[in-house]
Amino acid sequence: MTEKDFRAIFIEELTRVAPDIDPATVSDSDHIQDDLELDSMDVLNLVAALHDRLGINIPEADYEEIATPALAAAYLARVAGKGN
Amino acid sequence: MGVFTMPSLGADMEAGTLVEWLVKPGDKVHRGDVVAVVETQKGAIEVEVFEEGTVQRLEAEVGKELPVGAPLALIAAEGEEAPEPATGPAEKTPAAPEPATGATEEMAAAAEPVAAPGTGPSRPEARPVPAVPPARRGAASPAARARAAELGLDISTIEGSGPGGAVLLADIEAGARGAKGAAPKPRPAARPMDEMRKAIAAAMTRSKQTIPHFYLSQTIDIEPATRWLEKRNADAEPDERILLGALFVRAAALAAQKVKVLNGHYGDDGFVPSDTVNPGVAVALRGGGLVAPAIMDAPSLSLDETMAAMRDLVARARAGRLRSSEMTQGTITVSALGETGAETMTGVIFPPQVALVGLGAPQTRPWVVDGAIEPRSVVTLTVSADHRVADGRQSARFIAAFEALLQSPEDL
Repeated sequence: MTEKDFRAIFIEELTRVAPDIDPATVSDSDHIQDDLELDSMDVLNLVAALHDRLGINIPEADYEEIATPALAAAYLARVAGKGN
Repeated sequence: MGVFTMPSLGADMEAGTLVEWLVKPGDKVHRGDVVAVVETQKGAIEVEVFEEGTVQRLEAEVGKELPVGAPLALIAAEGEEAPEPATGPAEKTPAAPEPATGATEEMAAAAEPVAAPGTGPSRPEARPVPAVPPARRGAASPAARARAAELGLDISTIEGSGPGGAVLLADIEAGARGAKGAAPKPRPAARPMDEMRKAIAAAMTRSKQTIPHFYLSQTIDIEPATRWLEKRNADAEPDERILLGALFVRAAALAAQKVKVLNGHYGDDGFVPSDTVNPGVAVALRGGGLVAPAIMDAPSLSLDETMAAMRDLVARARAGRLRSSEMTQGTITVSALGETGAETMTGVIFPPQVALVGLGAPQTRPWVVDGAIEPRSVVTLTVSADHRVADGRQSARFIAAFEALLQSPEDL
């Protein structure tokens, strides 16, 4: 999978956690908490959804690495490439 | 014979729309069974029954807005008259805002479906409830689904304005008007979120006008708690992780157990302390608005169970599937600003409760530990309390208990 695929999956799970977000309006640099207003429970649900879907277990220490779609796409591609 | 009536699902509710019956005449019901779904200004609520018996007759028609106290169904107790053959909803259902007519003494008694604090079901999982679908994209209230089916509308094409983007009845009606290309009124109907804002304003105004609030604050060192949590979560899969908020709710529940004067309801007869602690957890809804459903008998839950209960509540709050007991049997509210943001929150008490525990976001501050200054993670706790019931001394005891509990998070 490419970074673009990971970005698409990230946005899909993000908008499932927060259905009011229109995926078309999310920019690569939007911060999921500061701009998209996810709270800590939403972030946990997003991380759990990504874990279920991709088998990638994102530790709390890495939450900052998925803070925006661009960061998350790069992070997920990198971790998946390592075989997690 | 008991009359099951439109319950008051909070200090801010005057009427609700019956959107779904989950029982039919002849069905046996038990205390705590979810029997109907009512749409309120705060979303769809699953309504429980608080008596045993057999459903004799459904009095209210699906889709009708009914005032609090209006009869919804007749329930025959064991040994009473056998149920009549199944009939549809009675024709004479009163519509809001007419007051309920034909009230009997039985009905007056049943008009208080809100059990006194402490008499509700003790554990959420002990109640038989239908499986609730998890909050997913495409969440919709049952009324919205039914109406969409009637109109032949694809619900996935409708933009939801309810909690968590859930599609509500009003969205379907708006969608139907849009589909026909002829909006009957130039002014759009009030959005459900506007309705929620009005409901919050009404309840909070009433609170501020009737409850003599006073406040006590203290900044608490939570370094032991955050360190313990980091370690605990480091090896845990996401589903097993615990948020700091769960520690706060757990500590508040245990502290409220010790300081009974902050835990209960203030009614016509004054303050009635509750035997159980059912902390209402303030949940901010995406798109605006707030609900504070309660975790029943929280002290009996472990920390893991408290976290699970919070996840469940948040998911159902956003999907609009909370239960009536959760909306009415909270005995104290815990409102935490989350893990980032402002450091202090001074909240408004949610009547008929008498206290609210407000927690700001954790901050790193210079702190004196064993005579030396070091950076520590601290949180400011503010107890809003009702002066008709408590004084500063009791609130201070609550704060001291809360602080002590957070110093040994492993024992929570």
